[in-house]
Parts: sequence; C-alpha cells; structure tokens
Amino acid sequence: MYDFAYHKPGSVADAVKLLTADPEARPISGGQTLLPALKHRLNRPTALVDLSGIAELKGIRKEGDTLTIGALARHVDVAESAEVTSAIPALARMAANIGDIQVRNRGTIGGSVANNDPAADYPAAVLGLGATIVTDRRRIAADDFFQGMFTTALEPGELLVAIEFPIPEKAGYAKMRNPASRYVMTGAFVARLRSGEVRVAINGAGPCVFRQAEMEKALSANWSPEAVANIRQSPEGLNSDIHGSAEYRAHLVTVMAKRAVAEAG
Amino acid sequence: MPQVTLTVNGKSHTVEVEGRTLLVELLREKLRLTGTHVGCDTSQCGACVVHVNGESVKSCTLLALQADGAQVTTIEGLAKPDGTLHPMQEAFREYHALQCGFCTPGMVMAAIDLVQKHPQGLSEREIREGLEGNLCRCTGYHNIVKAIAAAAEVMHGRRSEIARAAE
Amino acid sequence: MNVVVPFEGIGASVRRKEDPRFLSGRGQYTDDIVRPNQAYACILRSPHAHAAIRGIDTAAAKAMPGVLAVFTGADMAGIGGLPCGWQIHSKDGSPMAEPKHPVLAEGKVRHVGDPVAVVVAETRAQARDAAEAIVVDYEVLPAAATMEAALAPGAPAIHEGAPGNICYDWHLGDKAATDAAFAAAHKVVSFETSNNRLVPNAMEPRAAIGDYDTATGEYTLWTTSQNPHVIRLLMGAFVLQIPEAKLRVIAPDVGGGFGSKIFHYAEEAIVTWAAGRLGRPVKWTADRTESFMSDAHGRDHVTKAELALDKDGKFLALRVSTLANMGAYLSTFAPSVPTYLYATLLAGCYTTPAIYAEVKAVFTNTVPVDAYRGAGRPEATFLLERLVDIAAAEMGMDRIEIRRRNFIPPDAFPYQTPVALQYDSGNYHATLDAALQAADWAGFEARRAEAARRGRLRGIGCSTYIEACGIAPSAVVGSLGARAGLYEVGTIRVHPTGSVTVLTGAHSHGQGHETTFAQLVADQLGVPLAQVEVVHGDTARVPFGMGTYGSRSLAVGGSAMVKAMDKIIAKGKRIAAHLMEASVEDVEFDRGTFRVAGTDKTKSLAEIALAAYVPHNYPIEELEPGLEETAFYDPKNFTYPGGCHIAEVEIDPETGQVQVVNFTAVDDVGRVINPMIVEGQVQGGVAQGVGQALLEQAVYDAEGQLLSGSMMDYCLPRAEDLPPVGVATHTTLCTHNPLGVKGCGEVGAIGSPPAVINAVVDALRDYGVRHIEMPATPQRIWSIIHAKRPAAAE
Repeated sequence: MYDFAYHKPGSVADAVKLLTADPEARPISGGQTLLPALKHRLNRPTALVDLSGIAELKGIRKEGDTLTIGALARHVDVAESAEVTSAIPALARMAANIGDIQVRNRGTIGGSVANNDPAADYPAAVLGLGATIVTDRRRIAADDFFQGMFTTALEPGELLVAIEFPIPEKAGYAKMRNPASRYVMTGAFVARLRSGEVRVAINGAGPCVFRQAEMEKALSANWSPEAVANIRQSPEGLNSDIHGSAEYRAHLVTVMAKRAVAEAG
Repeated sequence: MPQVTLTVNGKSHTVEVEGRTLLVELLREKLRLTGTHVGCDTSQCGACVVHVNGESVKSCTLLALQADGAQVTTIEGLAKPDGTLHPMQEAFREYHALQCGFCTPGMVMAAIDLVQKHPQGLSEREIREGLEGNLCRCTGYHNIVKAIAAAAEVMHGRRSEIARAAE
Repeated sequence: MNVVVPFEGIGASVRRKEDPRFLSGRGQYTDDIVRPNQAYACILRSPHAHAAIRGIDTAAAKAMPGVLAVFTGADMAGIGGLPCGWQIHSKDGSPMAEPKHPVLAEGKVRHVGDPVAVVVAETRAQARDAAEAIVVDYEVLPAAATMEAALAPGAPAIHEGAPGNICYDWHLGDKAATDAAFAAAHKVVSFETSNNRLVPNAMEPRAAIGDYDTATGEYTLWTTSQNPHVIRLLMGAFVLQIPEAKLRVIAPDVGGGFGSKIFHYAEEAIVTWAAGRLGRPVKWTADRTESFMSDAHGRDHVTKAELALDKDGKFLALRVSTLANMGAYLSTFAPSVPTYLYATLLAGCYTTPAIYAEVKAVFTNTVPVDAYRGAGRPEATFLLERLVDIAAAEMGMDRIEIRRRNFIPPDAFPYQTPVALQYDSGNYHATLDAALQAADWAGFEARRAEAARRGRLRGIGCSTYIEACGIAPSAVVGSLGARAGLYEVGTIRVHPTGSVTVLTGAHSHGQGHETTFAQLVADQLGVPLAQVEVVHGDTARVPFGMGTYGSRSLAVGGSAMVKAMDKIIAKGKRIAAHLMEASVEDVEFDRGTFRVAGTDKTKSLAEIALAAYVPHNYPIEELEPGLEETAFYDPKNFTYPGGCHIAEVEIDPETGQVQVVNFTAVDDVGRVINPMIVEGQVQGGVAQGVGQALLEQAVYDAEGQLLSGSMMDYCLPRAEDLPPVGVATHTTLCTHNPLGVKGCGEVGAIGSPPAVINAVVDALRDYGVRHIEMPATPQRIWSIIHAKRPAAAE
C-alpha cells in the first residue's frame, strides 16, 4: 500500500467536506474491496475518509412499503435484521451469502453499491427491486445509478447515505460463484413489486449489472420458472475469463433466473 | 504519525502507526503477537483472522486505525491464564485438525465465531460452508469439521468436555 | 534390530506433541523471527515473460527513504547459478541442456517473476516503495508460454545451448518388444491427455532471513525449507562458495511444503549474500502473489498413451510419449520428475510385460516446474488409470474385472517390472476388495437412480495405484543422474537421566514427526513418550540430513533412527554386562530393560545411561563413556505403497458443477506408527488430488502472463468442496527396511485424481464422453453436456 492520510469525520457534512476538498481522497467503510485493491497498489488515494463514525449512515428501518437501509449496514446486519428478513427475505438471504463470515462482519451495503463491482451481489438487489439511492444531496433511481464497470452516478465527493427498497410482493436471488474468488460469476435477482412491475437484474455476467427485459416481460405474463427457462441471453458484451466464457455466462443467466423465480415462490 | 489505542487480549496499547499500517502488521510487528499469520494478499486464506469486538475479521483487511478503541482477541489470548486451552483449541488437538499449523490460528478464531453465531448447533454442511473464508492446504478439512462439531457441543454446554476421538 | 512384534506405542493414535505451540500461537515460522537490526528485502521481478535487459537505473531507488542498498545481476556477477541436482541423458547419450539459472537476471529475463533486482531497506514498505522506483529498460522478446509454442518451428530461443528449447529427449523400456506386442495385439486403446499445471500453495509463503556475524565470519540462513542441509550444501558449495563450517541453515516451523520448499531458491542466496555485504540481517517474505510467480509449479505434461490388449483384456504392452514442461530454468530436482519418478511407475499394479516411454523435456517462458506432492507418480497414475477405464469401456468389460485380471498377484513378489523397478510387497486385490466394500460399490446403481430423481448425474470411479517412495538407494539414483546421495541420518542421544533427544535430518512441516519419531523411539527404547524430544531443521544441531520429500521421512529417516538405536542397545548391553557381571551375549534388551537372560538381574536404560556418563564403574578400557549414536541409513530399494481410491460424484447438469459426495481410500502404506497421523496425511493428499481433478489450474496466456496468478483466480479446495474422506489401511510390510514402513505422504494426491475423473466420466456416460481433462470445471462439464444435447432440451 502507498501511504495516505486518514480522517474519521463524525458527520456526513464533514465527510463530504473532506472528500470535496481533496479529489484524490476516497471514502472507506468496511474496506473489504478497497483495502485489497490498495494492497496491490492499484489505487493511490491521498487520504482515506473513514465513515464508520457517522451515525447518520446507520440503521435499518421499515416505513410503510419501504425498507430503508443505511449505508453503513454490514452484510451481517442485513442478514440478521428482523425487518429485512420479514420484508424482503431474498435480500437477507443474499446478504447472508456474500463473501465469507469475516467479509460479512466488515463489509457494508453502501460500500458495495457505491463500488459497483460487476461481480458484487447487492447491485442486483438494488436494480432488481428498483430501489432508490439516497445521497447527501439527492435521490437517484437504481435505473440511473449503475452506469458501467465500477462506475455510478455518484459525483466526486457525493456520499451514499442510504438505500430505500420498495417492499416487493415476492423476490428471489440465485447465483453461481466464481469457484476461486467466490465472487458472483452470474446471478439473477427477480422481483414482482406491489405495483405489479416485474424486474429482473443480472449481475456477474456483464461489465455492469443490467436488466433482462425479455425475462421481465415473460414473467409479467406468467410468474413461473418455466416462463424464463427458454429465454436465451445473448452472450454479446458479456464477460469472459478463464472460469467462464461469455457463452457459459449467457447460459447461466437463464439457469439462475429460473432458480431465482423458484426461490421467490 | 497517527496513534491508535486498542485493547489486545485484555491489555491496552497505544501505538504509532502509518495510515497504511494493517491491523495484522500492528499485531505481528509492533506487538510481536506472531500467532496471527498472513497467508495471502487477496483476503481469502483467513490465516489472519482475529476477533474485533467479539467478531471474526481478517486482520489483513483492516487498517490498524480502523481498530482504534476496539477490543481485539488473537490466538494468544484464547487460553485461560492458567494455560487451560479453549474448547476449540482442545478439539483441534484431539481431532488432529492441524498439520503444519500455519492456518490454524485463523481457523480456530473463525471457528469460534462460527459456533457463537449458531447457538442452535451446526450441521456438517453448515460447518463446511461456514469455513468459506479459511483455507487449509494440509488436512483436507475432514478433521477440522469434526473438531468444530465437537467444540460446539462443549461451547454450547451440551457436553462438559471434548470427547476423545475414535481411534 | 528387526521389528517383528508390535511394540507398545507403535500403532497408537498418540495426540501430537507439536500441537500445543501451534494452537496457542507460539509456533516460530521464519517470518515470525526478528533479528536485531534486521533490514528488509523486496525483489523487483520481471513483468515480461521474455525480454532482454538493456539497462537498469537504480539511482532514484537508492535515494528513497530508508534504502540501504539496491543490487542487480551485475553486483552478483561473481556468484554461481542455482544448481540442478539431477542430470538426465538423452536417448543418444548426450547430457541434458543445463543453462545457467542466475540468482538475479543477467542480461535477460525468461519468465514473469524472474528476479531482476533487490532493494534492502529499513522497513518492508520502504523496500517495496523503492523497488517501484527502479527503472528497467526491457526489450520485450516474443515469448514461448506453452510447450506447443516452444516446440513450434521458429520459436523464440529461451536459452543459448538448448536448441529447439529441448532440455532432453529421454526414453525408458524395450521399444522393440513393445512395438512387437502392439503389432500382435487384439485391441489397441489410445488417448491423449494433459496433466494440469498446479501451483503448490503451501499456506505459509516462502521467507528467508540472512544473517552474518562479522566477528566469526559465520553466515546463518533461516528459511522455509524441507531440507536445510541440502540448502546448505547447494548454496554454500555452488552459489556463494561459503564453507559448510561457516554456514548454518535453520528451517524452523514451516507452514507446509508439498515439494515446493525442497528447492534452493534465489531469495535464499540473495538475503544471505546481502547480509554479508551490509553486515545486517536481511529478511525477505513473499506475498502470495509473488509466490505464484516464484515458487516452483508442479505437473504440466502432455501425453499420448496407448495400451495393447489381448482378447481377454490382458494388457500386452504400453507405449507412452510425453512432453514435460520444465519452465524457464531447471529447478533443483526438475529433470528427475518426468523421468525416474514417472516412467518407472508406468507398470502400475499390473503385469504389463512390455512398456516403452519417451519423454521430451521442454523449456518455456514460465515459472520453473519441479516436484509437487507425488511428483511424476500422479502423472503416471492418472494416464494409466484413465487408460484402463477407457480400455474396459471399449472392450465391453467391467472396470473392476479388467483390473483384477491384470493385477500382479500377491504371490508374485518381489516383482520385477519392465520399467526398472522391483516391487517388494503388496496385495492389490485386498486393497481393491476392501475399498469396494467400504464404498458400497455394489449398491451404487440405486444411488445413481436416486440422484437422477433429484435431477443430478451421479457417477462412481476407482483407481488402483502404486507409487514408489522412500527415496532412495544412493548408488541406484547416482547411476540414474542424481548428484546427491539419498540416505538419511539419525542421532539418538540418551541423556544421563535416561531422557532422549533424537536428531533427525528429516524435516517436519506438517507431518507430525515430533510425535511419530518420538513414538518410535519411545517404543523401541522403552522410554516414556514425554521424555523423548525430536530435533530437526538446524544444520548446527543435526549432523547431516537429506530432508523430507517423496514420503521418505519414516522409511529412510526412521530406519536411520532404528540403526542408531541398535547401536545404543549394543553399547548398553556391554555396559549392562559389565555392571551385572555377565557376558554380553547373555544380556537381553526389551522395552527399556537390560536383563541377564534367564535371571531376574536387570538394569534400566536410565541406570545404563547414568553409568555411561558417570563412568566410575565402567569398562573404560574397551568402551568410550557417553550414550549417543549416529547412523546413516541408505535404503536398499524404493518402497511401494499402493491401494485403491473410490470417488463418487454428483453433477448439476444445468451448471456443470461437480460435487464429490463420497470418497473412500484404502491404502497399503506398510506398518503404521500413528494411525491418526496417517489418516490425516491421506485426507490432505486426497484434498489436493480432488483440487487437481476439479479446481486447480495454472493458466498462462500467449504472452506468458499468469492468468491464474492469485487466489482470486487459482482455485484452492475449500471445506465445502470436499466430502468426508474415509480412510482405511491394509498392510503388507515393506521387506527391506527395519520398520516395514512404506510412506503415506503422497498416496492421497496420487490415487485420487483418476478416481474423481473416472467418476465424472461415469456420471456423464449417457453423453458418450470418453475422457475429460483436468480440472473438470463447471464450464468444461457444461460445454460437454451442451455440445451433446440439442439446445431445445436444456
């Protein structure tokens, strides 16, 4: 790692001030993705702004049809939260299967979503449920948030504060892991919202989480695993590596979508 | 240089560190607690697992400064002051759950957190899945799984001592 | 002393003496050691697979904070290359190409990770910061990253003096007899296979500390080694020219080796030399990514194999042609692995009368390849056991029956194979029968049907294997090209009060020697286990040694201890005879007690020891005081563990994921000293074998970049990838060592890969699959299923 200054602000305002003043500063929450990257000297931030002392970023609460999860909620918090388990059990199950216990004890939902790793889990839930990202300055719809590999709508210095999930009628998630890294090779998050809208988000397969329109249409007409079983994802533009070619990932999109629908019930 | 104050195995320390100093570096190099090991640089092997505020974390993926004010327990702090081993340590010995010993401290610390998180008990499959963050190249995990199952019985008060493994 | 009766202690699952320190964080691994005033080295490695070095500018690095020195190949120009310990001769009698393996690159780099320069600084981080400031002017050359590329016409020349990138072109066996048998065969079965390249990945990354005492001129090297005396010999004599008496090598607690820590590595020489230059201790510790590009890799063969059979399925002849990847340089024992540790095993446990093997060793722009758990024997076993299954299928025979029909019968030992080895003992029918029963082979079809109802493809496979270990008779291996003797050394020191220190040249890095050896000595000398301490891993404490590899520690090192104990007992009898006023011939020794035969006159070992060290009443004219003996044991033959492994797998046909659901191993490892430790060794070996079969593979791209260069992409087996592994033993004793032991360290990694792949092929029998290459990854399995099945049926 290159050395850096370390700040631990107590409020969102102070954090934003630090991040705005120094464009080379990076926020850190759990650090489970950032620190490995820094150890390999892939980034050279001048300063790290530790968000863990900011109370405004914490908490999980259910209000009406919305479940709001603070950016600092760790994966273990989400997995064990009674609110999440009752409102969106698929989200709790997803959290319980991110990385390993030690990653879940440190990693946060805000860090995962803001980082937008194509092989991360949470972006699929955020996009699949059509959640809203709340920042220090605005609200961003999931459809507008994820813009490309490791790229989001967040502006320099803008801080993700919380995520508001609409509580769906049903939702499910299935993934195939990269056997070595155990990150997502291909995953599918499916949801039928109370509005009747059906959403299917695919992660791991492409450079960025994306919606599968054909599957959404099919599931709108017939919510069943069979409805997606014969829908083929085009391999074009999908990721390809030593563990899975684009063709294999395309195949897994169908399999995981089918399994996610089955899990959703 | 920034300072970090933390309690390790019940003892308070205030140490000067660089921003980039990892918790494991602080433990191994500043406090000379070398039982915590480093086996990889991608946060996968788990040889560096310690407890921070009672939960298992990978000390290679945590800045020392992030542990400011924390209670840290390492493998050196598990046994009682009179030398009595923790049931998990006892079970690892009884079930031959270690060979070269390098992954062992992290494996033991992770296993204790796993058992603590499952007061209702753990199936063999759950133990195997719960060890996702820890690699062992020697044992094939067979005896580690057995040791954790046996230790869980004692830790949850269902047995009074580690049963002697069948020969 | 010939052990016939099982003594108390041998055969008991004694809990390990080393565990309390490992379980409480008090192990002392190399990186745990801090020498006063220690500095840190960081090695700058080549990012290119093949490049000429036009210049190295170290000025900026030298000016960085904390930097003590920056060294390049030019600074180490007077230093010898890393030596190779085994010379192979080609078919035409010419010696192998043996290019220099410089400690730091001299003018050229030949693989990604090749050391180019070293920075020594006050802290680890400063050393790394400065290494990044070194500017190397590379002229990138075309790379040969695979054997295919290295052998292609016009391929880049990796070394001068190795035309065509060939190291050697070697053969073994009777070609004419083999060709004749093929010509007359009822059926010939052939297939081509590769044996996947593996990265050993012992959990402890390699590390080394060099220290130099300016007062005495003595160097000390702490290193993560399986054989400190061998490192002292190689580094002292060939690289740094330091006499043994001035060089101490310590291998303290070592976190696993699996072969990868046998070899003499550049970093050991660099830190030792730099310590002398700087007058300060210098430590280097690899990070894991560095390990991937600097630890010797394993396996990496491409083979064509043909089996000739008669109409009854009897094997008539075997013909094998193999390309073996050496990587960019010859690692310490690399040339022996695909030759004398491979082709000599091609008879397996079968009576095949004619065998011919040819092996071409090839240089490539990749990390050097050397012995990894099993070393040559897994490669031989894999191709043989796959070939036998394919032959059974194509002959319409049962997979078990074809094996039984070709087994060397139990009454045929000693058995001379057509590929040089003479097996001393074994009973392949017995281990097969025991495994079939333990695995409920007969009941498998019901389990297959049950799995099918759950949408899973279930398969079962077995492998019946033999290996050669306990290496090795020095004169034999010398005639085959080894540049070392392969005996072992043991010292038994009985202290005045009767407690015992055992000094062994073997090294324990997970094997539990401190327990097993203590058990052996306690048992034979009749001393309580707690009073026996085993010392290993320090050239200043242990007289000499050849180290631990090739499952040799007990068979060779344990036998040396037995020989030394024989001397102790012989001397003890003379002292006892004097004390009890009897003739030496009348003194018997049994479990710690010397007795005048037929009387109740006895002396304990402790009394004899005391007399030896306080020789007041002592035959001082004819006997020296003291009770300490050293023995060198040179084995008379290899040992031949064998057995049967059975794997049962389930495949998810939608994803191609394979899960091993049952695994049964029945091994004949000779006499078992500690069953708990033997089971652990087998289980660990099986895990590595399952890893090779399903998960692990080092992959280079065409430019020679290692795509699987970290644990993010190189898949090591995790707990959930493995089933419980049932282990049983069936013993036939080794006939030529005093303990009757054969060795158990490698059997798991040798027997298991073909068992797993045979099971995978069986699971896919409805898809017309003949062979699947390792690792059988989900993508590979899916591709097969996908190709065979009409798309609409998915």
